[in-house]
Amino acid sequence: MEGGVAYEQGLNLKATELTLGLPGTGETEGQGGVRNNNKRPMPTSETNEEESQALKAADRGSRAQIVGWPPIRSYRKNSLQEKKDSEGEASGMYVKVSMDGAPYLRKIDLKVYRGYPELLKALEAMFKFAAGVYSEREGYKGSEYVPTYEDKDGDWMLVGDVPWDMFMSSCKRLRIMKGSEARGLGCGV
Amino acid sequence: HLFIHSISIFQAVLIILHLSPFGSLLFSPFSSHLSSSSPIPHRERESFDSESLLSPFPQISSSGGISAMDRSPKRRSISPDDATRFPDEVLERVLALLDSPKDRSAVSLVCRDWYSAESWSRRHVFIGNCYSVSPEIVARRFPRIRSVTLKGKPRFSDFNLVPDNWGADVHSWLLVFASEYPFLEELRLKRMRVTDESLEFLALNFPNFRALSLLSCDGFSTGGLASVATHCKNLTELDIQENGIDDFGGEWLSCFPDNFNTLEVLNFSHLNTDVNPDVLERLVSRCRSLKVLKVNRSISLDCLQRLLVSAPQLTELGAGSFSQELTPRQHADLEHAFGLCKNLSVLTGLWEATAMNLSAVYPACSRLSFLNLSYTALQSQELASLLPHCPCLRRLWVLDSVGDKGLEAVGANCPSLEEIRVFPADPFDEDMINAVTESGIVAVSQGCPKLHYILYFCRQMTNAAVATVVRNCPDFTHFRLCIMNPGQPDHTTNQPMDEAFGSVVKTCKKLQRLSVSGLLTDLTFKYIGKYAKNMETLSVAFAGSSDLGMQYVMEGCSKLRKLEIRDCPFGNAALLSGLEKYESMRSLWMSACNVTMNGCRVLAREMPRLNVEVMKEEGSDDCKADKVYVYRTVAGPRRDAPPSVLTVSSL
Repeated sequence: MEGGVAYEQGLNLKATELTLGLPGTGETEGQGGVRNNNKRPMPTSETNEEESQALKAADRGSRAQIVGWPPIRSYRKNSLQEKKDSEGEASGMYVKVSMDGAPYLRKIDLKVYRGYPELLKALEAMFKFAAGVYSEREGYKGSEYVPTYEDKDGDWMLVGDVPWDMFMSSCKRLRIMKGSEARGLGCGV
Repeated sequence: HLFIHSISIFQAVLIILHLSPFGSLLFSPFSSHLSSSSPIPHRERESFDSESLLSPFPQISSSGGISAMDRSPKRRSISPDDATRFPDEVLERVLALLDSPKDRSAVSLVCRDWYSAESWSRRHVFIGNCYSVSPEIVARRFPRIRSVTLKGKPRFSDFNLVPDNWGADVHSWLLVFASEYPFLEELRLKRMRVTDESLEFLALNFPNFRALSLLSCDGFSTGGLASVATHCKNLTELDIQENGIDDFGGEWLSCFPDNFNTLEVLNFSHLNTDVNPDVLERLVSRCRSLKVLKVNRSISLDCLQRLLVSAPQLTELGAGSFSQELTPRQHADLEHAFGLCKNLSVLTGLWEATAMNLSAVYPACSRLSFLNLSYTALQSQELASLLPHCPCLRRLWVLDSVGDKGLEAVGANCPSLEEIRVFPADPFDEDMINAVTESGIVAVSQGCPKLHYILYFCRQMTNAAVATVVRNCPDFTHFRLCIMNPGQPDHTTNQPMDEAFGSVVKTCKKLQRLSVSGLLTDLTFKYIGKYAKNMETLSVAFAGSSDLGMQYVMEGCSKLRKLEIRDCPFGNAALLSGLEKYESMRSLWMSACNVTMNGCRVLAREMPRLNVEVMKEEGSDDCKADKVYVYRTVAGPRRDAPPSVLTVSSL
């Protein structure tokens, strides 16, 4: 079937589908979309702007699923791909993300985000929480959950303190901590 | 002896009339057509040649006048009774000077003598679809061919829409050529399957073989190249481009004999493994007639510098990856070497060129007419620094990493530009900043009034911008716009892109090739059918609202030859609306549309001289025709189709 996305009836792939949300949070935004018709669904204006930012990043792979589109010869596609691969040592910088109370962890590619605001929005969309407003003095004010990360030295740090590039190179894993635990990190709840 | 290289059909006719004492006899009923140099219209052809009335199939002008009339042309010598006859040899001599396939088609229809003389004097044949004719028919029709161009798979095979084992194997052609054209000199293949066995067969069976060009072919390895290098003693051209090749290493280059020196064209830029630079340098210095050299990524800048010093006569250069860290001394040497190349008109390659290294090419850029930077991720500033050195640029290929700012620099520095192609550096990155938008293409059109060819990949476009572009450049012959998100509307008005393509077809009377994209309704196709009277090739994807769309095109576009459609809501009514048209076209491709097997059967029944082929997807409905490929042929249904390709008969 043109499009290559396997949402065929009868295979019930929905059950094992990876979604942007915790299990049991119901139907997700169908951006990655059922593609039974020939046309790709157009981005709708109803979608929450912030959510769609995060979804776009995750959705990036799905455009690649339309066979033969955009119409670029294999040779050219391969040579661009080789270029990308040779530019970074690894294509993608995946770190684990855990959230207190969630039954399983997620993984995200840090390279996909250009800065903290994007990262936080993605985390908020992924885990359905609100991080609150960050300030250097008080951390994440007005929030039940706080994003933290483990750095190269094994210490748990507050996300947002250091410049983005430094964060990218030192972050080993992320943890969305519950507010009560995070009080020690200067969270003003 | 006529020292003219080639002549027009008009000149041919004048010469013949002048030479013949019985010129008046040539003013037969057909004379009104002798004086015109345009191809004879379809209806009138049939009244000319009574034999063509018996044959069921009209001339195919794109493949040079092949008809089902395949009786062998006989050679007649002059006899006294033949006083009124025009000597064949002279006729052949004159007609041999005709180059254009269209002229030759016209000539072959004048009368039997001209048909015969033309077929004996033809040296080159172009076959746009290898299944439209068989090698036996070609050999009977043109006994003295020295050069063949053969194209195989449908173009959408470039984008993985055609199964690997589809066909278009050149081997059966080579077998016939070995016995019928033992003196074959040139073979140019596009989208054909070529095995190492075939390459070896070619190298061993054609002693005069000189030129091999393989573009977008697959099925062979560097072993096949080694056979060619080893056995083709008179090779002048080896052009290997963008193929699905198994690259087992660069030893093939070492297979050229030590005394071999006839090479004029060598292009191995798309092979990935290392070749021996010493071997290459020795080869280049031996081949004093070398004009085209396109090396692959493994060649260092040091080696390139030595190659240029040894071959300053080059007209086309593929400069390899261009990625070394150069010392100032090395940079100066390289710059000096480029300065020696006074005849360079084409520069390509440059996969990893940095801004620093790129400045070394400046001395060679003054006569550059074609610059291919489509593998180099240049930024706008780097392009802006390079372009002022290339005042004669007529063709430019770039990546969209140069951004709108880079395209503004193009508009500002390239007044002679005729062709621009902008490829996406990262096709699957939706958030790419600094990619090109509608402003870029407008900026180019403002500075480059001679622009007639555009291929533009972008993520957003507006109707107004396209209208501005064609207003600035009304002479477009090729307009290929790819808005990469399927079905995307005008991003400022949210309207469909119908008016954009409407303005293109209304304004550009010379338009030959059109590719459409974005959100399009049937209105786009109504415009196309109404205005695109010279259009020969149309590519459509994710567009249209109903069968009407395709109907407009089939009914209105009289010169249509190639139509490729994917993911559109066109069904059987649309398919069958072109019934009268397909025999005058090379081919039709429709995939992921709404055509059914029944529709295909009706088409096959009504038009027995078409091959209607269906490729089914795994797991699709029995009655759906997932991929349909329709083409005219005098060779009957394919006998080599794999199981995945069904030839639909009317049963």
